[in-house]
Amino acid sequence: MSALLDLQDLHVEVEGKEILKGISLSMEKGQVHAIMGPNGSGKSTLSNTLMGHPKYVVTRGRILYQGQDLAGLKTDARARAGIFLAFQYPVSVQGVSVMNFLRTALKARFGDQFQPKEFRKQVKAAMASLGIDESFATRYVNDGFSGGEKKRHEILQMALLKPSLAVLDETDSGLDIDALKTVSEGINHLRGPELGVLLITHYQRLLNYVMPDFVHVLVDGRIVRSGGKELAHELETTGYASYEKEPVTS
Amino acid sequence: MTDANKGLDIGQNYEQQYGFHDPEKYVFKSKKGLTEKTVEEISWMKSEPDWMRQFRLKAFKAYQQKPLPAWADLSMLSQIPFDDIYYYLKPMNEQGKTWEDVPADIKNTFDKLGIPEAERKFLAGVSAQYESEVVYHSIHADLEKQGVVFLGMDDGLKKYPELVRKYFGTIIPAADNKFSALNSAVWSGGSFIYVPKGVKVAIPLQAYFRINSKNMGQFERTLIIADEGSSVHYIEGCTAPVYSSDSLHSAVVELVALPHAHIRYTTIQNWSKNVYNLVTKRAIAHENSTVEWLDGNLGSKLTMKYPGVYLMGRKARGEVVSVAFAGKDQHQDAGAKMVHAAPETSSTILSKSICKDGGRASYRGLVKVYPNAENVKSSVRCDALLMDEISRSDTYPTMEIDAKKVQIGHEATVSKVGEEQLFYLMSRGLKEQEATTMVVNGFFEAFAKELPLEYAVELNRLIQLEMEGSVG
Repeated sequence: MSALLDLQDLHVEVEGKEILKGISLSMEKGQVHAIMGPNGSGKSTLSNTLMGHPKYVVTRGRILYQGQDLAGLKTDARARAGIFLAFQYPVSVQGVSVMNFLRTALKARFGDQFQPKEFRKQVKAAMASLGIDESFATRYVNDGFSGGEKKRHEILQMALLKPSLAVLDETDSGLDIDALKTVSEGINHLRGPELGVLLITHYQRLLNYVMPDFVHVLVDGRIVRSGGKELAHELETTGYASYEKEPVTS
Repeated sequence: MTDANKGLDIGQNYEQQYGFHDPEKYVFKSKKGLTEKTVEEISWMKSEPDWMRQFRLKAFKAYQQKPLPAWADLSMLSQIPFDDIYYYLKPMNEQGKTWEDVPADIKNTFDKLGIPEAERKFLAGVSAQYESEVVYHSIHADLEKQGVVFLGMDDGLKKYPELVRKYFGTIIPAADNKFSALNSAVWSGGSFIYVPKGVKVAIPLQAYFRINSKNMGQFERTLIIADEGSSVHYIEGCTAPVYSSDSLHSAVVELVALPHAHIRYTTIQNWSKNVYNLVTKRAIAHENSTVEWLDGNLGSKLTMKYPGVYLMGRKARGEVVSVAFAGKDQHQDAGAKMVHAAPETSSTILSKSICKDGGRASYRGLVKVYPNAENVKSSVRCDALLMDEISRSDTYPTMEIDAKKVQIGHEATVSKVGEEQLFYLMSRGLKEQEATTMVVNGFFEAFAKELPLEYAVELNRLIQLEMEGSVG
């Protein structure tokens, strides 16, 4: 049985500049891995690369998802295969209602399995559990959403699209404490044996609410240390400074 | 495969959907090119009253004298093969009262375009024009009983000569511009509508304009009069076959909204890309009346069209919502004119354009406020969306404000379909084409939501077809 996600010596360039400098990591279904690192360490590059953003070029190494090499697989195909990215800064789409957007996304993901009759019920239930008001459905995608609404909307999509691998990019940023709690509850609710979660975060704040199984420290494009959940608390007191001064190769 | 994908993969395109043509059959075809004799001939064929004949001849002189507008896209406009065009083509002798009266080829064409079906389902009346003449025409019996008149323009002139003479050419004088002069000289077909006092026409009346022949010139003329407190919604659609040589469509549309009346005029222009579409549209809005132009421009080679509302009475309201789509070798030069000549009048202009594959869209607008028109409100918004680096969008707004106490707003945006927007949608499983179509449909939403449902669906479908093959 192959791993859910297997990064093998992953090197990534953005506009000619190498950002990820050889990342190796393996995770199984049902696990939650946290990637922690300071600004500029390559966290967002990692999430964008996993989702297949055209600007991020893999120059060496590979990404295996459920044993399949993702090279050459476009963003939409990755999504349909069960990879989900919760964006740090979700963009707005004028004139497209949340309902229309969700319906199209679910159709794309589930094809013939998609049940239009069930759809409204599903959305309503998922919205209720995330404390999202019903009027949300008729608003335009991310248009004029507050920071908290954007993040809840991301988790709503995650709930409906039922991914096998969810990458959460700085999902805690820009949230007040109440929103953070609701979003965390949402994530915890979705945790289960069929889902692997990659939590990408600068602060360990979110990890107070979502307990990871493993923690990796990302500094200057490399994973400098990996450990259990206790590593997060250690980082809270020591910070990233010690890693940044003298990069340790793992 | 998702349903949306199926929609995209059918491979329908303009050529198959609208670009077909029937064999050319006609009972009369004028000689190529335009002379005074052609004008005389048209008037004679129609057995018109002398005042109309004189009107045409005078207009023809104005047409000859007027130069092409210097501010226009002359690289395209100066290519019109004026001498190669047939200015009048009469497809049949008698207008049909039922579809069975219409020759089989022509009926087939309108069947393919879905007109009889739409008529059965959701229209209060239909007028179908083929080449120069209205070949079929109908109106619900209950509207007729209430005194609503919906006729081809030629019939309108025959049956309501006083009413036509009172308004015809008064909102848009023949010599207004070169193309209104041309239309005034050779006009044929179009619609004549009169809605009596207080009558509300709840469901739309539709006219469909079809060009079939090569090198055709179509010059319909429409006059709508909404009497006090009445309301009407008129919809027009148009298509033509795909030919390698160019055709010319030049209409004049005049609207009169009497006090407290409401006119909504919707256009879905989808000419083939070998049609020059040069149209003059203007409305007079009297006290407390409302005129709305909903103007969708998807097809044609060059469109020049700036629907206007002259707000002549206190508290009159004018609105133009227009969308334009310009693809390869297309220039959509569209806009709006709002003339505030009375106090407390208000106007709104919303213009949205999308360009791709080197297409060009221009917004040309005028807001004019006369000195005595106080407490006027006007807001203009132009949004342009560029799909690539080689397409072009320009905005030419003109404001002439000669009154005090006015509230005028103008906003213009140009955006590109962002890589980030597409990435976001694709990360939810949408293919690149679906994602692009979604962004574009969203951009046009403000227009689409104003349309009757059937047309909104049709518009979305047309956009989907236009987007086909637009991304690799």
